[in-house]
Amino acid sequence: MSKHIIGVDVGGTFTDVFVLNEETGTASVAKVPTTRPDQSGGFLDGIRREIQDLSEISVVVHGTTAGTNALLERKGAKTGVICTEGLRDVLEMRRRDRPRTWGLRGDFEPIVDRRNRLEVPERTLADGSIRSEVDLNAVRSAAEQLLEDGCEAAAILFANAYANPANEAAAVAVLRDIWPNAHVSASHEILPEIREFERFSTTALNAYLQPEISGYLGRLETALRSDGFEGELMIVQSNGGVMAVDTACKMPVRTALSGPAAGVIAAGYIAGSAGFENIITGDMGGTSFDVSLIHEGQSILSPQTSIDFGMVVRTPMIEITTIGAGGGSIAWADKGGLLNIGPESAGSHPGPVAYGLGNDRPTVTDANIVLGRIDPENPIGGKLDRLDVEAASKAIDIHVGTPLGLSTLEAAEAILTVANSRMAGAIRLVGIERGFDPKRFAFMPFGGGGALHAGAMLIETGIERAIVPRYPGVTSAMGCVIADMRQDFVQTINTLVSTLDEVTLAAFMQSHVDQGIALLEASKTKFDSRELSFELDMAYIGQTHTVPVLIQIETVDGKVIPPNKLQVEAAFDAAYRATFGRLLNNGVRRILNLRSAVTGKRPKFDLATLAPTSKTAAKPIAMRKVHFGTDWHDTAIYDRLGLPINTLIKGPAILTQPDTTVLIEPNLQGRVDSFGNTIIEKQGGAS
Amino acid sequence: MTEIDPITLSVLAGRMEQIADEMDATLFRAAFNPIIAEAHDASHGLYHAATGDTLVQGKSGLPIFVGVMSFAVQAVIEKAAKDGGLADGDIYIFNDAHIGGTHLSDMRLVRPYYRDGKLFCYLASVGHWHDVGGAVPGNYNPAATDVFQEAFVLPPVKLARGGEVNQDIIDILLRNTRLPQSALGDLNGQLGALDLGIKRMDELLDDYGAETVSAALDALGHRAESLMRSELQELPDGRWEAEDFLDNDGITDKPLPIKVALEIANDKMTLDFTGSAAQCAGPVNIALPTSVATAYVAVKHIFPALPANAGVMRPINVIVPEGSMLSAKFPAPTGGYTETILRMIDVVFSAFAKAAPTRVVANAYGTINALSIAGKRSNGQPWVMFSFYGGGHGGSVETDGLNHGNAPISTATIPPMEILEAAYPVMFRTWGLRPDSAGHGAHRGGVGAVYEIEVLEENGAEAFLFGERGRFAPKGIADGADGAMNLFAYQQDDSWMTPPLASKMRGIKLRQGQAVRLETPGGGGYGPQAERAREAIARDVQRGLVSEKAADQAYGTAWREVTS
Repeated sequence: MSKHIIGVDVGGTFTDVFVLNEETGTASVAKVPTTRPDQSGGFLDGIRREIQDLSEISVVVHGTTAGTNALLERKGAKTGVICTEGLRDVLEMRRRDRPRTWGLRGDFEPIVDRRNRLEVPERTLADGSIRSEVDLNAVRSAAEQLLEDGCEAAAILFANAYANPANEAAAVAVLRDIWPNAHVSASHEILPEIREFERFSTTALNAYLQPEISGYLGRLETALRSDGFEGELMIVQSNGGVMAVDTACKMPVRTALSGPAAGVIAAGYIAGSAGFENIITGDMGGTSFDVSLIHEGQSILSPQTSIDFGMVVRTPMIEITTIGAGGGSIAWADKGGLLNIGPESAGSHPGPVAYGLGNDRPTVTDANIVLGRIDPENPIGGKLDRLDVEAASKAIDIHVGTPLGLSTLEAAEAILTVANSRMAGAIRLVGIERGFDPKRFAFMPFGGGGALHAGAMLIETGIERAIVPRYPGVTSAMGCVIADMRQDFVQTINTLVSTLDEVTLAAFMQSHVDQGIALLEASKTKFDSRELSFELDMAYIGQTHTVPVLIQIETVDGKVIPPNKLQVEAAFDAAYRATFGRLLNNGVRRILNLRSAVTGKRPKFDLATLAPTSKTAAKPIAMRKVHFGTDWHDTAIYDRLGLPINTLIKGPAILTQPDTTVLIEPNLQGRVDSFGNTIIEKQGGAS
Repeated sequence: MTEIDPITLSVLAGRMEQIADEMDATLFRAAFNPIIAEAHDASHGLYHAATGDTLVQGKSGLPIFVGVMSFAVQAVIEKAAKDGGLADGDIYIFNDAHIGGTHLSDMRLVRPYYRDGKLFCYLASVGHWHDVGGAVPGNYNPAATDVFQEAFVLPPVKLARGGEVNQDIIDILLRNTRLPQSALGDLNGQLGALDLGIKRMDELLDDYGAETVSAALDALGHRAESLMRSELQELPDGRWEAEDFLDNDGITDKPLPIKVALEIANDKMTLDFTGSAAQCAGPVNIALPTSVATAYVAVKHIFPALPANAGVMRPINVIVPEGSMLSAKFPAPTGGYTETILRMIDVVFSAFAKAAPTRVVANAYGTINALSIAGKRSNGQPWVMFSFYGGGHGGSVETDGLNHGNAPISTATIPPMEILEAAYPVMFRTWGLRPDSAGHGAHRGGVGAVYEIEVLEENGAEAFLFGERGRFAPKGIADGADGAMNLFAYQQDDSWMTPPLASKMRGIKLRQGQAVRLETPGGGGYGPQAERAREAIARDVQRGLVSEKAADQAYGTAWREVTS
C-alpha cells in the first residue's frame, strides 16, 4: 500500500528526510550524516529510519547538491565539443570579463580543454538562413577523435542554432549514432535562446554533468528498487519545481541549485499557511547567508547564474542572493582599524575555534558562544561533546579585542553587530533591487544558524516580524514534498511587435505545451491541477534589458489560441509602466524571447498536522546567563518543540531544539502560532 | 568633532557603500544604451561638501571613474560659486572633459545634498551616452584635431533649480545627438539614481544623525590614508623609471612617449610623469583630472584591498608636466583618452615591478580597439555597429594571465556575437583566441583574440578603428617577455590591407563579402622564460595556444620530453 511521500535533501553535513503519510496526514523527520563519496548510503539510511517497507512509498523527491558540487569541484566527465568553424574558443573567451574588478590577477580553465573543442564546416545566419550546410563527415571524424581522446560526454554548439536548429539537429543525429552512451547535448535542445556564450556554456556544462548525475541517480534508483520501492523518484530543479528522474538525467544542468531552491519553496508554503504572503528568507550556513524574496506567495526566478567565474548556467532558477557571512566567517581587524567579517570562512570543518579542530581565528559562531547564546554543553548536530569557550574567547581577544582596544565581550558583541549589519544589508538589497520596501515583508530564518540572528534582523531592517518555522533544520526536505512539477521552455523569437507572426508564436507555445503536458502525463504522480504560463521578454528597440511580460493565453482542448498584436502591446505597456513608471513616446516595441512554463500542481498537505500537541504550560528547562549589549542577563531556556500553541515568551529567552537555537532578545517576544511556528516581534505585539 | 567607535564606523561604511551601489543598480536597470546597461560604463558616489573629494563610490561602476568623479564635483563647486551659490534641489549637468576628465561621451550630473538647510555632501552620477554629436557616430573620431569635431561641449549648467528641471537644457541636449531617445532614457535613469541617493541619505541620517555620519566620513578618509601609508612602508624606498609609447596621435605617424618616475620614501609615493610627450594634434590628449584619476586607478590595481576613498591618494604626489599631452588644454581633442590612460597604467606597473615585482601583474593588452562598422540598409535605414574588443591580461607571480579579458580601466563585458549578428548585417567568420600572442615567461601573459567580421549588406559598409599597440608591444615584467602587437587588416578586392597608422583609420570602404580582421595583443609575461614549467609549455602547444616553433624559440626544446 503506497501511502508515503518522502522528501530527501542531501546537504554537505546532514541528509534530511521528511516523511509525509498521506493517509493519516502526519509527518515525521529524520536527520542522518551525509555519506561520501556516494550519497545514496545516507539517503537510504535516512529513509529506513522512518519506513521499514519501501513498497509503502509512492513518491521520493530529492533535492540534491550533487550537480552543484560536481561543478564547483570540477568533477564532471571529460567532455568534448563539436562547434561551428571559427568559434571553438567561445567557452574559453566568455563574455570578456575578469574574476575581480581590482588587481587583474587570476586565469580561467574552461571545463572543456581546447584540444577537445573541434570545429566543423557549417554556418547558420541570424535570420535562420543556412549559409553552409553542416559537413556530416566532418562531424563523424570529430566524434571519433573525441572518443579516441577518452571523452565520455559531448556537446554540439553551433552559431545561431536558436534561429534554425537544422544543422545542429543533423549533426546531433549523426553524433548519437556514433556515441556509445546517452551523454550527448545539443545547444538547441538545452537552450534555444540567443547569446552564444550563455547557450554554449549551459549546454557544455549539461554534457559535463550527464555521466556523473545520471550515474548517481541511477545508483540511487536501483538501490531503492532493490529494497522494494515501486513508486516514482523525482528531482528538484533550480526553478523550485520537480522533474522525473529520466528528465534529470538528460538535463542535469537544471539541478545546479536544486538544494536551496527546495528550501525557498517550503519557506513560501509555511509562511503562506501562517498568513504571511510577503517574506524574505535567510538561510545561514557555515560559509554564507543566502537571502531570497517571496512576493505574494511567489518566489522570484532569475534567468541565469554563475556557479563560478566563467561557469554560466542559464536556466530559470529561484533567485538567491548570497553574501559571505555565515557562522564560520572569520572576524578580523584590518590595518586601518576597521572590523571585517569574512570573506574567509572556517566553514564547518575545521569550523569555529570552539570546535577545537584546528582553526584559531574567531568566527561569528565563536562570538555567539562567548556571549552565551549557544549552549557550550550541548552542541548542535551531536558530533562534539562540548565547545571550548575559553579558546573562542582567547581568539576573539587576540584578533579583534586587542587590535581595536575592546574587552572580550565588547569584541564579541562587535563581531555580531558587524555581521548582523552585513546580513541586514543583503535583506535590504534584495528588496530594493526588485523595487520593494523590505519593511512590508516578514523575515523567515531557516537552516541551522539563522534563528540566532532573527531579532537583530528586525532591529536592523525595521521589519516587524520574524517567523521561525517549526522545523527550520529540515526546511529543504519539506520543500521537496511540497514542490510542484514544473517544466520551463524558452525560444528566441526576435521580432518587432509590428512584424510579429502570431501563428508562428502560437506554434512555439503549442509545442511547449505539448512537451510539458506529455511529461506530466508520463509521471505517475497525481496532480490537483495544471497551469500554463507564457511570458515574452520585451523591450523598446535600442534597449538591451528586457522586461518580462505575462501574456494571458486561452487554450481550448489543449490547443493554444494565438495572441494578437494589440494584446501583446497592451501587456508590454502595463509591464513596462509597472517597472519604470512611464512609457516611452514613439518607442518601438520588440519581442526577444518566449518563455513558457507548464506546471502540475501536487496535492498539498496541511501543516497543522505538524502542530504542537502539548497542553502543558511552558516552563523553562534551565536558566543561563546570556550577554546582550553591555550586560549579562538571566535567560530562560525552553524546549521549543514542547511549547503549546499560543505560548507567549518574553525575551530574553532561548528556545532549543535538536538542530536549531532560537534567540529572543530583550524587548522582543516569541509567540507560538497554531502551526508551531515561532513569531518574533516587539513585546506587546508589533505596531 | 564627534568621536566615532569602530563598530559604528564599520556599519556606516557598509551602509554608505550600499547607497552608491543602489544608485548604480538603478541606472543600469533603467538605461537605454547598452554601454551603460550592459557594459556598466557609469558610476555613482558621495563627495565631500567643501573639497569634492571622493567619500564613497559604488563597487559596480567603471574603475576609471573612481578617481575622476571628484573633479566633476570640484568643477561644480567652482561654477556654483560664480553662479551665486547653490540651493537644495539644484542639479548641474556637463560633459566638458577638460573640466571633469575622461571624454565628452561621459555625461555628469552633480547634485548637492542638504540636511537641515545645510550642505552635507554631493551626490554625482556619470554615464557614457551613446552619441553626443560630432563628426563620427559614437564619438570615437581618430582624426579629430579639436573637441568640436568630437562632440558638442556642455560646460557645467543648472539642469534643475530648486527641484524644477529646466526643459530648455534637455531640448538643447536632445537636438545635439543622433540618438535622442537613448539620451533621454539615460538622462532619466541618472536623475532617478540621484533621487534614490537623496532618499537613502535621508534615511541614513535619520537613523544615525548628521554628526555621526559626518564623523564617520572623516574617519573613513583617515583610515584610507593610514592604510595606504602602512602599505607604502612595507615597500623598499627608492626611485624607478619606466617608459612606453603610443603608436601615434592619429594625425602624424610619430611615437608619443609616456614616462613615469616612481619614488617611494617611507610612507609617501611620487608618480612623476615628466618627460611624457607634449600636447599633440590628435585625440589621444587627456586633461589633468584624467591623469590624476588614472594614477588612482593604477594604485587601486596594485593595492586592490584599499577602499575607494580619496584618503588613499593623500600620501601620493602625482606630478603631471604643464604643456604635456597628459594635461592638455581646451580645445585639444580627448576622444581617445582610453588609449593614453591604459599606457599610463602600463608604465606605472612596469616601474612598480622594478620595486616589488610580486605586487603587480605584467602589462595587459593595452588598447580599447573601438571598432565601428556602419552603413545603410537597402531600405535606407542607417546602421552602426560599435564595440570594444578584448585581449590578454598580464602574467603574475601566481598564474598565467587571463585569456581574452577586459581593459583594466573597465569591467565591461563584450556583446554576444549572436546579438551583433541579429542586429547588424555582419557575420563573424572568426571569434577566437589568437595563438602565439602571449608574452612568454615563467607565467605567460593571457592570449589575445582574433575577430574577423564579414559585411553581409549588399550596399557594403564603412569601418572606423581607434586602437593602439600596433607599434609597441605590451611589456613583460620581472624578465618576462612582451606580448604580441595589435594587428588590423581589411579586405580590398583580393588582398588584405593594413592601415598606414597601424591601428587607427577612418572611412574604410568594404563591399558585401569583404571583411575586417582584428588580432588583439596578448598580455606580457611574468618572470624568466627559463623558469616556466615544461608541462605548462607542452600543454600550451597541445592546445594550440603556442606553436611548436615559438615554444622552441622561447623555451628551448626540453618541453618536448614531457606530456601534459
